[in-house]
Amino acid sequence: MSAKPSGTRLDPWYGAYAARTLGMKASETRALFAVANRPEVVSLAGGMPFLEALPMEIVAKVTADLIATDGTTALQYGNGQGHPKLREAIVEVMAEEHMRPHPDDIVITTGSQQALDLVTRIFCDPGDVVLAEGPSYVGALGVFRAYEADVVHVPMDEHGLVPEALREALAMCAKQGRTIKFLYLIPNFHNPAGVRLPMARREEILAICQSAGVLVVEDNAYGLLAFDGSIIPALHSLDSEGVLYLGTFSKLLAPGYRMGWASAPHAVRERLVLASESAILCPSHYSQLSIAAYLESVDWRGQIADYRDAYRVRCETMNEALSEFLPECSWNIPEGGFYIWTKTPPGIDTKSMLPRATTALVAYVSGTGFYADGQGADHMRLSFCFPTPERIREGIRRLSGVVRRELELVEMFGHPDQLPDDLPADIDVPAPDLA
Amino acid sequence: MSSADPNVLILAGGLSHERDVSLRSGRRVAEALREAGCRVRVADLGLDLLAVLDDAKKLPDIVWPLLHGATGENGSVRDVLDLLGIPYLGSPPRACRAAWNKPVAKSAIARAGLATPRFLTLPQSLFQQLGADALLALICERFGLPVVVKPSEGGSALGVSKVEDPAHLGKALVQCFAYHEVALIEEAVSGVELAISVVDLGDGPVALPAVEIVTDGFYDYDARYNPGRAEFFAPARLTETDAERAAHLALAAHDALGMVRLSRTDAILANDGALYFLEANVAPGMQETSLLPQAALAAGHTLPTLYRNLVEASLPTP
Repeated sequence: MSAKPSGTRLDPWYGAYAARTLGMKASETRALFAVANRPEVVSLAGGMPFLEALPMEIVAKVTADLIATDGTTALQYGNGQGHPKLREAIVEVMAEEHMRPHPDDIVITTGSQQALDLVTRIFCDPGDVVLAEGPSYVGALGVFRAYEADVVHVPMDEHGLVPEALREALAMCAKQGRTIKFLYLIPNFHNPAGVRLPMARREEILAICQSAGVLVVEDNAYGLLAFDGSIIPALHSLDSEGVLYLGTFSKLLAPGYRMGWASAPHAVRERLVLASESAILCPSHYSQLSIAAYLESVDWRGQIADYRDAYRVRCETMNEALSEFLPECSWNIPEGGFYIWTKTPPGIDTKSMLPRATTALVAYVSGTGFYADGQGADHMRLSFCFPTPERIREGIRRLSGVVRRELELVEMFGHPDQLPDDLPADIDVPAPDLA
Repeated sequence: MSSADPNVLILAGGLSHERDVSLRSGRRVAEALREAGCRVRVADLGLDLLAVLDDAKKLPDIVWPLLHGATGENGSVRDVLDLLGIPYLGSPPRACRAAWNKPVAKSAIARAGLATPRFLTLPQSLFQQLGADALLALICERFGLPVVVKPSEGGSALGVSKVEDPAHLGKALVQCFAYHEVALIEEAVSGVELAISVVDLGDGPVALPAVEIVTDGFYDYDARYNPGRAEFFAPARLTETDAERAAHLALAAHDALGMVRLSRTDAILANDGALYFLEANVAPGMQETSLLPQAALAAGHTLPTLYRNLVEASLPTP
């Protein structure tokens, strides 16, 4: 052979990337979601809110008025902590769940995703442990991985995180000499598990963490979306020093604003603000003032109630369709939120099954995306938030055919999930703009 | 740009598992053609497409189907274009059908006297009828491992696994059957992975320099589409004789399968010196990491000019 000096990797910087980015790649699974936005496909995959329930004409008027009367402020830089007007409004929103923070405790962020990033940045060194429910929110797992924290999953049951399992995880980490930085918790209508943590468990979990000196990071996107409007007080309302609270307008209003917040004790808040300034200078002034104006002029509690009604109907439809078409699966019946966490019959690998589903024009998210350690192939997350009830029913009907076909394979080849699996792919969920 | 410049409609997207790749291919080719002065639109397969194609005012001079997977490569969309009497760039439906189905393509290649790795074609239903355990054991015992398990129709290495351990064959088949109900089980050949593209600018098919692919493992979806994991050598590090053999193989495959205007043949130069045909593509990828554009650049083409020349060579003669 006449050797050429070298080939090309089509990326001149391939050798220059930080080691922590090695997992940042588009997976084969993610490519399958490319069809999810096509009208032929019933997507039960994404977590997009049902924005048709928003009073768009009012949103338009509020925004137009803002620009007409205060445009030079709205389109200007703001401060790193966020506009006082919105922080005051957020205090009102948090009061719905029995929290009483001072507006100065609030740090506005670009979605609660940025708040999560900031929290992890200021607390976690590589190798530190983050405790998280198993399963947990995929966006959080991505952040923890990016900061090279090790996720230790704590099992859940139908009422959420199991306190005894938390004690065991704490003991195990202590025995191994590992440093736990915080417990990441989604107490309300968990993504993906759909469950809500009862008050008694909130108190017990808090007591365990207080006793172990572990900070709780409470991520609460869905707390006001109980179908019956009921509220269980936030953990932050029980201990504002030991619980760092993350909130968002993405599910209560609209994700396009990219507005979230953290409510944190004074010293933590100062660090969050500095970290946020170094990341983004300041959150969007335009979005902040738009939301503040909206909250001021609209019956936002009524609008959230509209959302709740829409999601309740969709959830009921999905539950009925599952009972009719997929009785061989098991699932929780959520009392709020966006998701039904569905356990498939033994042997089915929901990640392997996804191509068959997209061929049948239905999409879901495999449970593997919600664990940091490759678990979850026996579950799928089904979202009822975006499709119409008719489409949800049709989607579940299609999914039943997919599951039946996959069961034939399981019968033929045994339980493939018992065989050695590939390493968990890093991005096994749809991009945020896919329904 | 003038009315003399070709009006090209690129079809990209569709509903296949390779939608994302197709959309990227479509965008890249559209950019290049615009740079070359063509008038270009990109359209997805959708309910409005037939109306667009049937509207004399919107009629393009030519369609370039850049749909990957299923309807894009199995000839069906081109059947519809034939029905509408709209010219398109590339292979006719019959050639698409032959190339798209891997066992059919391999059989045609073997009939043409070219080498291709031994293979079995087994539908999911046969495992049900004969018993999976017995059939898996038979494959391991009589056919032997290692093998590559592929959906008999599909691209971008989706659903493809290399199996060296008998315990993993069942799982590989389960993954394969999620993409297509018929599996191609092919003898795994170790050697140099090659991709040889063929273009015909009006003077007959010409092979572009072979591209050699070196990966740190299997040339899977990740290695294909995430820059970095695969290293490409264009032209491949081959002796002059082997380079000629590779070109001959691709041209012979192009001819044997009846492919027109452009194609890509994937091959492997085995460690013992034998050159094997693996599969052929009537709609090769045209995005950032794709092999045909790399080969074209290695041959000294500029992509805008090459793509425009392909378009002009495909326009019906007045």
